[in-house]
Amino acid sequence: MKVLLVVIAAVAFALALGWVFRAAAWRLAPKRHTLVFRDMPLTAAFGMAVILIYVVVALFAPVLAPFAEREVVGGQYLPWAAPYLLGTDNLGRDMLTRLIYGARNTVGIAFATTALAFVVGSILGIWAAVLGGWADQALSRFVDALMAIPALIFSLLLLTIFGTSITTLILVIAAVDATRVYRLARSVAQGIVVMDYIEAARLRGEGMWRLIRREILPNAMAPLVAEFGLRFCFVFLAISALSFLGLGIKPPTADWGSMVRENATLITFGDVTPLLPAGAIALLTVAVNFVVDWQLHRASGLKE
Amino acid sequence: MRGEVLLTIRDLRIEGRSGDTWSEIVKGVDLTLHKGEVLGLIGESGAGKSTLGLAAMGFARDGCRISGGTIDFDGIDLRKASEGERRALRGKRIAYVAQSAAASFNPAHKLIDQYCEGPVVHGVMARDKAAADAVELYRRMRLPNPDEIGFRYPHQVSGGQLQRAMTAMAMACRPDLIIFDEPTTALDVTTQIEVLAAIRDIVRQFGTAAIYITHDLAVVAQMADRIKVLLRGVEVEEADTRSMLAAPREDYTRSLWAVRSFARPEQSQATGTPVVSVRNITAGYGTVDVLKNVSFDIHARRTVAVVGESGSGKSTTARVITGLLPPREGEVLFENKPLPPSFKARSREQLRQCQMIYQMADTALNPKLRLRELIGRPAQMYLGLKGRALEERVRELLAMIELEPDRFIDRLPGELSGGQKQRIGIARALAAEPKLIICDEVTSALDQIVQEGILKLLDRLQSELDLAYMFITHDLATVKAIADEVVVMQSGLVVEKGPKSEMFRPPNEPYTDLLLSSVPEMDPDWLTRLLASRSGQA
Amino acid sequence: MNGGLKTVGNGGQMSDVWRMIGRRLLFGCLTLFVISVVIFGATELLPGDLARQLLGQSATPETLAALREQLGLNAPAPLRYWNWLTAALHGDFGVSMANKRPIADLVSARLGNTLFLALYAAALAVPLALILGVLAALWRNSWFDRAANSLALTSISFPEFFVAYILVLWLAQSGLFPSMVRITPGTTFGARLYMSFLPALTLTLVVTAHMMRMTRAAIINLLASPYIEMARLKGMSPLRVILRHAVPNALAPIINVVALNLAYLITGVVVVEVVFVYPGLGQLMVDAVTNRDIAVVQAVALIFASAYVLLNLIADVLSTVTNPRLMHQR
Repeated sequence: MKVLLVVIAAVAFALALGWVFRAAAWRLAPKRHTLVFRDMPLTAAFGMAVILIYVVVALFAPVLAPFAEREVVGGQYLPWAAPYLLGTDNLGRDMLTRLIYGARNTVGIAFATTALAFVVGSILGIWAAVLGGWADQALSRFVDALMAIPALIFSLLLLTIFGTSITTLILVIAAVDATRVYRLARSVAQGIVVMDYIEAARLRGEGMWRLIRREILPNAMAPLVAEFGLRFCFVFLAISALSFLGLGIKPPTADWGSMVRENATLITFGDVTPLLPAGAIALLTVAVNFVVDWQLHRASGLKE
Repeated sequence: MRGEVLLTIRDLRIEGRSGDTWSEIVKGVDLTLHKGEVLGLIGESGAGKSTLGLAAMGFARDGCRISGGTIDFDGIDLRKASEGERRALRGKRIAYVAQSAAASFNPAHKLIDQYCEGPVVHGVMARDKAAADAVELYRRMRLPNPDEIGFRYPHQVSGGQLQRAMTAMAMACRPDLIIFDEPTTALDVTTQIEVLAAIRDIVRQFGTAAIYITHDLAVVAQMADRIKVLLRGVEVEEADTRSMLAAPREDYTRSLWAVRSFARPEQSQATGTPVVSVRNITAGYGTVDVLKNVSFDIHARRTVAVVGESGSGKSTTARVITGLLPPREGEVLFENKPLPPSFKARSREQLRQCQMIYQMADTALNPKLRLRELIGRPAQMYLGLKGRALEERVRELLAMIELEPDRFIDRLPGELSGGQKQRIGIARALAAEPKLIICDEVTSALDQIVQEGILKLLDRLQSELDLAYMFITHDLATVKAIADEVVVMQSGLVVEKGPKSEMFRPPNEPYTDLLLSSVPEMDPDWLTRLLASRSGQA
Repeated sequence: MNGGLKTVGNGGQMSDVWRMIGRRLLFGCLTLFVISVVIFGATELLPGDLARQLLGQSATPETLAALREQLGLNAPAPLRYWNWLTAALHGDFGVSMANKRPIADLVSARLGNTLFLALYAAALAVPLALILGVLAALWRNSWFDRAANSLALTSISFPEFFVAYILVLWLAQSGLFPSMVRITPGTTFGARLYMSFLPALTLTLVVTAHMMRMTRAAIINLLASPYIEMARLKGMSPLRVILRHAVPNALAPIINVVALNLAYLITGVVVVEVVFVYPGLGQLMVDAVTNRDIAVVQAVALIFASAYVLLNLIADVLSTVTNPRLMHQR
């Protein structure tokens, strides 16, 4: 019964947040975007509001957090009471502070990784599609083979070899994810390359760079942007999973995945504290997914 | 001979959704159909004829809704009836034959299983009886191997045969009414004849009432007892077939004939060196030869129409000339000098001289570029125009294709109509200042009146700029209108070539005559006469 | 285009399908080969080499040389790869560096446990996802569809450990199910099902959402086809339209979705096994990575990747066999 009430309250709060955000966005947005915001579903509005909140928290973490990131402020596992609003962790650090800094560290690293994977993957993918022929075949078959190794397993293998520093983490996850981006970018570009306007441009004698920059990229942006959102979720979840396994972002850096791991024992005593960082991860991915889902729906709807 | 009334539609209104707003597609149309009568619905794209036809089944496509009026089928109010009641009528008493049979048969099931589904689900007859009935109807539709053809999958059967199988399927429950939605539009002319004849016979044999939807007046003249003309969701006029053909009342109806009457005189004899010569080309994909020993010349200021049905190799010829498909044998000469086989090896100057206009303007224009860049790019690239000079040139070109420069120069292709897009395709070709323009079915995706505008424009530009055209088409009316010379192709071979005046005067090669005689004429007795004369010859 | 590209297949019908399946099999083997090269080659990228890695800072030139000799590191890389691969194919993955036990012994018992967990979750998830996906497509844009969609999107977005801990908090706190799995050789099948329920449920929740959404999308994709409209115009009921007209044509994408998600199960187990202390391959791999026990990581990665490739191969062959265009050529 209690569970049900919590769920209902959460959904109601989420819808309310979405409604407020939508109302605000629709009135504040420039004229030509008004309609877009007004007709956006509550789920998407909720998602955008959440993303906005995360960005603010990440940017102003030192201002918002009551204590320093790595400061031991009291005993271990203190309950939720002032001045430690969400209690303390296994080393006696303030939970709320670490949650706030986690937004900066975890999200920031995930974002940098996704961006890297994206630049590499999409450029290679489009290039292969335009080039065609055996170069495309060779590259694509190689990527296929790499993709046949499950992402998490491949990451684990690479992390074993290169060790687990933040830089290697970013590079490894980006490398693994770039294969997925490559595949999507290539298939999107292949759909565009068969169009008559590309044939016309080729017959005109246009060079490769202009073909990619002016003829293909503008038409590939919509699916690529949506994919960026989805990729971010995957990367974010992958990094969190690795951190949770103790193989990702290392303490004492505040990171949500490792915070769950460090405080997991509390669960067996019926304490929900370890669920907070896990929930923080879940909330952001839900939010991004809602926005992406709306964008994809809009893109497919406009085609009709 | 009119029987009792079968279908009555009064003040029907149907709305379609675009984005978040609903707009009327059908704006208050009345329609009455008697038992055993065939009504032709004619109009251009966007006239609402398919929507109206489907509404006669009480059906609206996703994104459409019936918003007003009444539909009464044999005493049943289709708008008030429940979805279950309507479903009981569909397929059983009102059947539908779609435009593309290849897409409308389910690829996962055999033809006969799809035939039997209706009768069995509607409880008309048992499965084995339905199967026997299917064979009988296949025979009546003059399908080859009627005993066996039902056990094939749709992709194993040709388009014309599928269309007949679909008509047989529509007949399965012996409905009172069949809606034919452009059943022959996707077919080649020689195939179209067989399908038209089969449909007409079976509808007459069973005394089935029908609504026959098409954009082709000549076709509807063969099929319908009465014709109703629609324009943007409103009825223009309705009359008996013969009286409408003899004396159309409205200007719009008369204008539907117009393109058939546009014809320019054949130009003087070809002189001088040809702009482009195709010499003994054999080409193909993989191991298959699509072109076999194809040769012809194109001279300046002349239009060479390359005619043939689908699969004849006309578009492949264009790909060889542009260098997209290097030939296995033979060569392409430009002003008597051989061109490198692949476009990649050609110089900018060689690329500039030969431009192309595509069938689908939608896919031929980059949707993310403004017209300024779309049209300006060839001029910038080939002729080195920049800044003001480029802008001036783009404006000049827009004026040449009769689009107001100030209004259009900053638009995206998505903000243009189909005809305007095709004009932009022409302007882009002109921007390169070429000697030859290849027009690949440039009018087939357009409505007749728009087609006429494009043809006239091309004609004017040719005489102003001394252009040579290679005009690929399957539509003989277009050939009649614009060609100087005709090249007839069939399965990769040139069957016949020569001046237009000779080509349209039989006797020619048998295939040319078959092609010519298969083009429907604006005469209600044309099909009957043709079939009689062909069976007389056989 | 004028259909010039269309080549008409003729001759023996079935032989073409067999040839296609043969090609897929060949490609699968090739993929496995490339994967084994990548997995083996990865160790070559180690800074220094394996011997230095093992001995760390305390290495003297003598001990290093001795260890290299012992590990066979002085042989050229291709030869070492060949020895490693042939041994692995015979089930011999070498010896764990952490506890000096043969890796084959470590792996064999755990492989069974992991397969059990994955199959358990699949048995729950696949039927559930297919039924929900078909219903959501049937009642598209209804409240059921929207709720199912939002719920699915939400559960896709949750990290596995979040779902797992919520289930622990909810179902294990009250003592309904154990939050840790202890499997011994003597455990009965029923007890196994009971003990593994929470990990299986966690995996089911995550995977079902994916499969349901993609099944729905595969079916809805087809609903705009003319043959679906034709079926509706023949007066067929919505359920019949979906089951008889849409689903047979959506089989190939659905099979691929199922395969993709079963493959995902194999890797999803890693996190879930850690949460529930489940004695499977995932646990083993995580421990090995923590200890940098390269040989074990290689062995487990090879097993996971092979399972993944095998599943995709089966999906490929099945979707070939269910495609009437390929099975019944002209």
